[in-house]
Amino acid sequence: MNNQKLTMKKIKFATVWLAGCSGCHMSFLDMDEWLIELANYIDVVYSPVGCDLKEYPVGVDVCLVEGGVANQDNLELIREVRAKTKTLISFGDCAVTANVPGMRNMLGGAEPVLKRSYLELGDVTPQLPNEPGIVPELLDRVLPVHEVVSVDIFMPGCPPDAARIRATIEPLLKGEQPKMEGRAMIKFG
Amino acid sequence: MSVRTLTINNIPVAVEEGKTILEAAKEADIHIPTLCHLDGVSDVGACRLCLVEVENINKLLPACVTQVTEEMVVHTNTPKLQEYRRMAVELIFAEGNHVCAICVANGNCELQDAAIQVGMDHTRFPYRFPERGVDVSHPQFGIDHNRCILCTRCVRVCDEIEGAHVWDVAQRGENCYIASGLSQPWGEVDACTSCGKCVDACPTGAIFRQGTTSAEKERDRAKLEFVVNARSKQEWTR
Repeated sequence: MNNQKLTMKKIKFATVWLAGCSGCHMSFLDMDEWLIELANYIDVVYSPVGCDLKEYPVGVDVCLVEGGVANQDNLELIREVRAKTKTLISFGDCAVTANVPGMRNMLGGAEPVLKRSYLELGDVTPQLPNEPGIVPELLDRVLPVHEVVSVDIFMPGCPPDAARIRATIEPLLKGEQPKMEGRAMIKFG
Repeated sequence: MSVRTLTINNIPVAVEEGKTILEAAKEADIHIPTLCHLDGVSDVGACRLCLVEVENINKLLPACVTQVTEEMVVHTNTPKLQEYRRMAVELIFAEGNHVCAICVANGNCELQDAAIQVGMDHTRFPYRFPERGVDVSHPQFGIDHNRCILCTRCVRVCDEIEGAHVWDVAQRGENCYIASGLSQPWGEVDACTSCGKCVDACPTGAIFRQGTTSAEKERDRAKLEFVVNARSKQEWTR
C-alpha cells in the first residue's frame, strides 16, 4: 500500500438490498481478499453487509442496488437512493429484469399472489398478513429498478460473479466508466 | 447457372442466382446475426435479427429471405442496424417470460448469446409478463411457452426433416403460440414420433427433455445437419 492511496479522497460507497435473495451480496463478498484492497478506496456508508447505519446518507458516489422493486418499502428506498446517489448500478438480474421475484407478476397483481400464498397454500390458520406501518404493502407488480428510477450502469447476472463485480467497480474508483459488454460482463442468468 | 455480383460492406461478392443475402454473406465470411435461421430447413424471417440495409431500398430487409440481385449494395452492420437489432432482442425478452436463472438452457441459449452479441445489458421496453402455459404431457419432453420466442424452428424441423408436422403456430399477434397437433396436449398427438429434433432445434429452453434442470439442457445440433446431409448429399457418416 503506498501513501498516495492513503491520502486519496475515498469515495462514498453503498449497497442496498431490495427484492432479491441476497445472492448478489454474497457474490460481492466472494471478491475475497480484493475487498481489503477495495477498503483503501471506499467508505462504506450504507450496506446490509458492510455498515450498520440505518439511514441512507446524502452525497453517495456509487451504490449497488440488488433486487427488484416489489413493495412500498422498496419503492421509498429506491427513490431516496436515486436522489442521494451519483452513480446507481443495477446489481444482478433481479434489479435488471425483476427475475425470479418478478415471476409473481404472471399471476396478475398483489391480491391473487397473497391469496395463493397465504390462503390457498396456508396449512395452519390461513390469513392474509395485515400490519399497516410494519409489514410493507406489496406493489401490484415487481419492477426492474430502471422502470422506477434512472439507472447509470447495468450489471446483469444471477448472481454476477465476483470477477464481473470487480471489473465493474474498479474503473469507477479511478473515475472511469466500466465497459459493460461481452459474455464476461453482460450474460444474464 | 448464372452468377450475381454484389457488394456487402464494400466487399465484392459473386454468388449463384437465387442465393439469399445471408448465404452470400456467409460465403464472403461476413457475419450477420441470426436467431430463427437453422441450417437444413427453410427460412421464414421471423426474428428480424438479420435485417440489412440495401442501398436505394428505403426499408430494412431480412437477409435470410431476400435473394441477391445484380449490383445490389448491402450493408450489414451500420449503427442503425445495430440499434434495430438490439431493439429486436430487447422486444423478444420483454415479450415472453425469460428467467435465465431458472432455465434449462441457461449458458447454452441462443437468445442469451444474441443478447450478448448485440450488447444488451437491459431491456428498455417494459416487460409484459404474459400468462403462458407449460405442457409436460409428453412422456419424454416438455414445452414451456414462457420461454418460446416463436422462431418456428420446431415447426420447420418437424415438418421438413421429420415429416411429422406435429407443430404449428396458433392464434395471432400477442396471442401466438406454438400448438401441438390440433392444439391438443403434446402427449396426445399421435403424429409425434418422439424423435427429439424439436428439442435440438429450439434455440432457448422452451422445448426440453424432462428431467433436465437449470442450465442442464444440451442439444445435438449436429444431428440435424447430419440428417439433412445424409439425405441430400448421401453422406451417411458423421
